[in-house]
Amino acid sequence: MRARNRELMGLIPASLLVTAGFAGVFIQRSNALSNVSLTYGAIFLGLCVVAHVFIRITLPYADPYMFPLVAVLASFGLVMIYRIDATQAREQAQWFVIGLILFVATIVVFRDYRRLERYRYTIVVVSLGMLILPRLPGIGEQANGAYLAIHVPGLGAFQPAEFAKIGLVIFLASYLRDTRQLLVSGTRRFLGITIPPIKHFGPMLVIWGIAMLIMIVLRDIGSSLMFYGGLLAVLYVATGRISFVVIGLFAFALGAWYLGTHISHVHARVEDWLHPFDPRLYHALLGSYQSANAIFAQAAGGLFGQGFGQAALTIPGGGPLLPAPQTDMIYAVITDELGLFGSAALLCTYLLFVARGFKAAVMARDSFSTLLAVGLSAMFALQVFVIVGGVTRVIPLTGVTLPFISYGGSSVVANLVLVALLLLVSDRARRPA
Amino acid sequence: MSSQIARLFAVVVVLFALLLFFTSRWTVFDASSLNNNPLNVRTLIDELHIKRGRILAADGTVLAKSVPAADDTWSRTYPLGRLVAQPVGYSIAAKGEAAGLEESASSDLRGIQTGLTSIFGQLSPRPVGDDVYTTLDIKAQRAAQQALGGQDGSVVALDPSTGAIKVMYANPSYDNNNPPNKGSATDSTFNRVTQGSYAPGSTFKIVTATAAIDSGMYTPNSVINGKSPITVSGVPLSNDGDKSWGPQTLTTAMTYSINTIFAQVAEHVGRPTMTEYMKRFGFYSKPPLDYPSNELNVSQPWNSSTGKPFPPGSPDEDIGRIGIGEGGLLVTPLQMAMVASAVADGGQLMTPHLVDRVVNTDGQTVSSVTPTVESQVMKSSTASEVTQMMEKVVEEGTGTAVQLGGISVAGKTGTAQIGPAGSNLTQPAFVAFAPANHPKIAIAVMVDQSNGGFGGTVAAPIAKAVLQVLLADGS
Repeated sequence: MRARNRELMGLIPASLLVTAGFAGVFIQRSNALSNVSLTYGAIFLGLCVVAHVFIRITLPYADPYMFPLVAVLASFGLVMIYRIDATQAREQAQWFVIGLILFVATIVVFRDYRRLERYRYTIVVVSLGMLILPRLPGIGEQANGAYLAIHVPGLGAFQPAEFAKIGLVIFLASYLRDTRQLLVSGTRRFLGITIPPIKHFGPMLVIWGIAMLIMIVLRDIGSSLMFYGGLLAVLYVATGRISFVVIGLFAFALGAWYLGTHISHVHARVEDWLHPFDPRLYHALLGSYQSANAIFAQAAGGLFGQGFGQAALTIPGGGPLLPAPQTDMIYAVITDELGLFGSAALLCTYLLFVARGFKAAVMARDSFSTLLAVGLSAMFALQVFVIVGGVTRVIPLTGVTLPFISYGGSSVVANLVLVALLLLVSDRARRPA
Repeated sequence: MSSQIARLFAVVVVLFALLLFFTSRWTVFDASSLNNNPLNVRTLIDELHIKRGRILAADGTVLAKSVPAADDTWSRTYPLGRLVAQPVGYSIAAKGEAAGLEESASSDLRGIQTGLTSIFGQLSPRPVGDDVYTTLDIKAQRAAQQALGGQDGSVVALDPSTGAIKVMYANPSYDNNNPPNKGSATDSTFNRVTQGSYAPGSTFKIVTATAAIDSGMYTPNSVINGKSPITVSGVPLSNDGDKSWGPQTLTTAMTYSINTIFAQVAEHVGRPTMTEYMKRFGFYSKPPLDYPSNELNVSQPWNSSTGKPFPPGSPDEDIGRIGIGEGGLLVTPLQMAMVASAVADGGQLMTPHLVDRVVNTDGQTVSSVTPTVESQVMKSSTASEVTQMMEKVVEEGTGTAVQLGGISVAGKTGTAQIGPAGSNLTQPAFVAFAPANHPKIAIAVMVDQSNGGFGGTVAAPIAKAVLQVLLADGS
């Protein structure tokens, strides 16, 4: 079967999922199947087919599995958000449409994405600027002590870090394409490890600085880990030097430890992570209540989950039982309702997408394309790790979105642009010479 | 660069495996301890969403039901309120508080909600529990309430052949639609029938007579000197009105409740044998009722100087006075009803129970209680001899007030002196079963306090009123 037909077939499970999901929520709500669920499914399928036709015309050789995997994740996300708040699901669907427009625009404008290299310094300055935006007075928004969003009049909250992550990957991939040969030359061996000359640690120092900047400015360990990990991945693939990774991780741990003990908000988050069930922290303002209830929600789910619409999200006649269920905590809601099996299926879907991203990187014929695909895929994987890890207490909880599933316009739009770039790389890589 | 990418992907796989491992940890390995964490209010909220089943009387009268409340939740109402508040109890899911059958039958009322049924949870509406049919007779319950009038006291009646509780009523009762705060000063949820501490007085002579006859040491015709006073455990003991009866049979001693004879009998039967029979009747342990354990008290003798119960068969206890229901002996009305029940059922004590059957929403009986023998207290010959002695009490002795005309009643009165020496305060009691030849009901009535009233004059008429309703019902 041709690649594009495989892609079209891949969209069938996604549309079945969205229809079945909406039907499930409707049955739960009113004990009656409404034709609205079929309408939702049909509209979603229509959008996907339009995107597919566009890919068929513009990127005939692109990876056939990436877009269907995204459609599965997005449709699943829509159903989950619909189950939590129907109004927000409609807004999310609108963001999905806007995201698809930007997706199309990205593919049209950067048909030859290597043109991006020309703007690499502009891109890095804009990206770093975006990271600082949430701390600017007047537009910055603080949530739970972290600065992750800015307020755009008429549009609501906007998370610039979602776009900055793409910009920084483009810059680093472009920069390392030029310098990677230089970075591995003139090495010495010390204690069995190949040590590059000190001056070659420059790029690493820069990305370490970015990570620390994020921790200080945004006060968010998770975002910092995501950026650092994503950029370090690019550096490792470019140079093949394990020593960069070892020293890099050590430097990050050192910085995280220092800042974790000296920035009160970051410190509080670490304390909540270590002792979520301490009654003192549990009852404290902005304490471990959310973390602890994320764990309780997962425990309530068990192996098979309680079923769509069954998870308790609010205290009857009281406040929220699980704060931010549609954004930070959506993984806990999914586990509560679909159980360990549902969560495992979700993680597998993400892993498959990341695998297709790395596959595109391996097949790419020039190092900029490879590094770009590696960086975007690694950043995407780490974003999933950071938020799911926060919810499952692998790492301290942070306010990063679960790509394509959490409610949030900037996340959907930015991640669709990320997918567009991966499809562009993949199309060029697989095009017959 | 592809080998680096492969290694990088391996790292991603490891990271995702870590996520999956932690998710399994919370959902499976640590799930039960997390679900029971005191900070976790999910269990309470889940309860609010469950439509608990109804609690019904034997005739189908609704005693407790769920009504819709805000946010898809349910709350409980109790149509009969105070009349059956003690056996039914209450359930406030939001506070995690419950009492009575609402607590002890909770697993049936909420239905079984296991992890496996929840796979299909999304296909079915919100969980609904099963209905619990009790053995309670509402007409007789109402008769007990009316007969007690305003007096504090307890009435408990059961079917001796099955152990089914027909009546469980005590004053003061409480409104279970609006229960008082647990443990507060105004807490009147205390159930005198199962928790009250009454001095059984002469009603305990049924136990002493059983031990005396069943052990083979006495017969109903054994003659003992009923002089007064005598010295028991170094302290003088006299009969009512200090009357010296002279030599009398055990039957006569029962009929006229002669203290000095029963004290001598108990002392002669001895501590070990008396203790053994008390244990067989159910003393020294919580009654085996399907009711919350914290609402059941043990009937046993208490050491007034230490304020603690005597260990069974303790050499410090005054067995002579215990034999006439004194000596620090404190009992629950339920225990005395069990004593009557064992004699009535040919010496066999049936396990008392409040739940008759559990019926699901389709009307199918999920489970039903089959009558079981709790213990063989005495030989059936002993039982019929003690029955004859108790019949005499009602025919010509202290319990004539309970005569039902046409139906023979076997009973025993009790009038314990309470309050300071010289005071007129009594605790009247009456323990009986009827019809004597083919017992259908065993009953215990205990009134908290009377100003000079006797078991035969205060408690027996209450028992009569309840017995009339229960026997007329043909139950």
